[in-house]
This record gives sequence, C-alpha cells and structure tokens, in this order.
Amino acid sequence: MDTSKIWDVVVVGGGPAGMTAAIYTQRSLLETLIVEQLMPGGNVAITNKVENYPGFNEISGGELSKRMEDQVKNLGVEFLSGQVESISQDEDLKYVTLSDGSYLQTKSIILSTGAGWRNLGVPGERKFTGRGVSYCGTCDGPFFKDKVIAVVGGGDTALDESLYLERFASKIFLIHRRDAFRGAKIFQDRVLKNPKIEVVWNSVVTEIQGDQIVNNLRLKNTKTGEEKDLPVEGVFIFIGQEPNTKFLKTFCDLDKYGYIITDQEMHTRVDGIFAAGDVRKKNLYQIATAVGDGAIAGYMIIKYLEELKCKEEEKNECNADQNS
Amino acid sequence: MSAMQIKTADFESEVLKSEIPVIIDFWAEWCMPCKMIAPILDELSKEFEGKIKVGKLNVDQERELAIKYNIVSIPTILFFKSGEIVDTLIGAVPKSNIKSKIEDLL
Repeated sequence: MDTSKIWDVVVVGGGPAGMTAAIYTQRSLLETLIVEQLMPGGNVAITNKVENYPGFNEISGGELSKRMEDQVKNLGVEFLSGQVESISQDEDLKYVTLSDGSYLQTKSIILSTGAGWRNLGVPGERKFTGRGVSYCGTCDGPFFKDKVIAVVGGGDTALDESLYLERFASKIFLIHRRDAFRGAKIFQDRVLKNPKIEVVWNSVVTEIQGDQIVNNLRLKNTKTGEEKDLPVEGVFIFIGQEPNTKFLKTFCDLDKYGYIITDQEMHTRVDGIFAAGDVRKKNLYQIATAVGDGAIAGYMIIKYLEELKCKEEEKNECNADQNS
Repeated sequence: MSAMQIKTADFESEVLKSEIPVIIDFWAEWCMPCKMIAPILDELSKEFEGKIKVGKLNVDQERELAIKYNIVSIPTILFFKSGEIVDTLIGAVPKSNIKSKIEDLL
C-alpha cells in the first residue's frame, strides 16, 4: 500500500455499515479505502440465517455479506487487510496507524469496527474456549452431533442459534437469567415449540467445568439462589456484544460500555471522524440499522469534504487577495 | 508456496517428524471464519517459506485426527515443534496475532 497517498475516506471495519458508507462515498467519486482485519462482512458473515433484511425472505449471513462485498469491489472501493492500532490527526490530515507500524493518510475517517461477542466472565470460560465453549454456532455446531449442549442468552442471537444448533445436538438447554426472552416473538414461538430445546429460566452460569473438554455447568437460580449441576458437552454463549473501540483510547467520546457517542448524523466529537453500525451507541443493533448508519455517514462525509474544499478555496482566495 | 493440505496418512511424516516447526489449521468447508483466515495462512506460508511449514487439515475428511486433538471449534491452529504441540490459537484472529506466535516458534 502506497502510504504517501492521501485518501478522501478511510473506513475502519468492513461490515455492513462500513461497506454501505463506502458505496455512497465511492459513488461520489471520493477515493475510499476500507481497512478490514479479517474478512468483509464482519459478524454477518458468520450469522446462520438472516430473515429480517428487506429483499430476502431468508438468506445466509455468508451469502449476504459476499453480495455486499462484490458490490463494493465492483464500484472500485479498495480493501486493505490490516489491523488498526490507533488514529490521530494534525491540522491538515488524519492518520490511521496499522499494527505493522505503517500508517494511512486521509481527509476523513469512518469508524465501523463493530462489536465482538461478550464473554460471561466466569471461571472455566477462557480455559475451555475451543474446548466446548463456543461463540459461533455455524462454526462449531457440527462438532456437537448427538450431544447434549447448552446455549446461554435470551436475545435474537441466542434464540436463532438454538434453532440452528437443534439440528445437530440431541438436546439443548437454553439458559436465560430472566423469566422472559428479549428476542423476536417469532423466534420465541419456534424455540418454545421445539421438543429438543428446554428452557432453563431465571438461571445464570457461575462456572464452566470439564476435563479435556467441557462436561458440566454450575448454575445458580437468580430467584431462589439455589445452585445445581447441568452436565453438558458444550456451551454456546450469546449474551450480547462488546464494541471494538479499544484502539480509540480517548480519541472520541465513548459511553460506559465503550460504544462511540455520535449525533443522529453520525458525527463523533472529532470533526471529520464519523461512526456507524454496531460500534455506535444506539437502541437497535441490526444489519438494517447498520446499513442506515452507513448511508448517513457516507452522505455526511460527502458534505464534510465539500465544505472542506470550499474553505480551502476561500483561504486560497484570501491569501491571493493579501498577496495582491 | 500456499498452505498445504495435510491428510492423516502424511501427518506423521509432514508434521510430527518435520525438521522445521509446523502450524496446522483445522478447518471445514462450512466454516466462514476458516475462510476468513485461509488467505492469511497462504501469505504466512510464503513469508516464512523454509522456516516453518503451514498445513491445513480438513476436519470432515480427517475426522480421527480432529477427534484425537480434541478439536471442537474451528478454526483452531496448532503449533508443532519437534512433534509436540507448543501453542494453540482458536478462532479467526488477525494476521499479526498468528505472525507473532510463529515468530515465538523460531
């Protein structure tokens, strides 16, 4: 990558929000680069089934993200495989520093780094990650054919993943800390009607135990305080997300969970830096809302760069006046 | 050279008896994060050619090896040195993480 090049827009994170923003900026003929650490699509790429994105009755997350990627690449948006270490700015430009020490120069930045899966934070979780503890049903489900497993959570992801894992496992205990699910009613109905899925209400996992691999969960009832064992061979954890904002340090305003605070037009506290998608503090984290954020961020960057250009031209005129 | 596919039949000669360290990526066709890291492993195979070997092992085709190494999550990368597992990486991780673990091996 030519590091002396000055980009119009650098998009950090190539999920649906970042890719949508890039569609808008590239179509305005702004030179746009997406920096992605793994693969375009982000969490959507590993989502089993998407049923709430308009235009598709049902599409696999992998297929949907591939279509987005193809569209963005066809427009001529460039991709760079790399991990962002930090961002900074001076009077003229903004800089995106990568983990290999190189840096990119740009006039504007979109932060669309998304969020990772949140950990339970109980004893045994880290030790048994990849040894029966999983955060990805589409990756690890087939290893649990005819086995008894647990799913932890009560949102859309936990319900959807239970319905996916059901085809492999002989039995699923769905452990939820409350007495009602948060997830979509349509998923709730399917889960409650499924003979292989047994819901364990008002319960939290306090420890994950095992030998080489997981063989038991310690559960605690949140109402009665009663503790019990639940022998399982695997546990899938879907208890929400954690924003990927560690690299920002104090650069933008973050809420107490680490989500970037923006206004409704995706501006962060820093001029010329915008945030979009799951990394942003908002009420609904969906592909549809990520795409909406991305479109707004892309449009606001187009405006921002137009104004910047105007100001520069005015300044030049002003300088010319003074020189005459 | 791109990462090589390892079969059960060559596992002993290619991995356990290898003179240089070997990293083995356990993967499957249906695993998206495996696809995410596949190009990274090909790049690393070229960058470290002659110093380490990068192999890929399909868990559906080589089931017994996957079971033997307790693989229940993919991608899993095992780092072998003189036939012993010296490090493990689970899940799709950025290239820099894999690279620094490889450098630790050398």
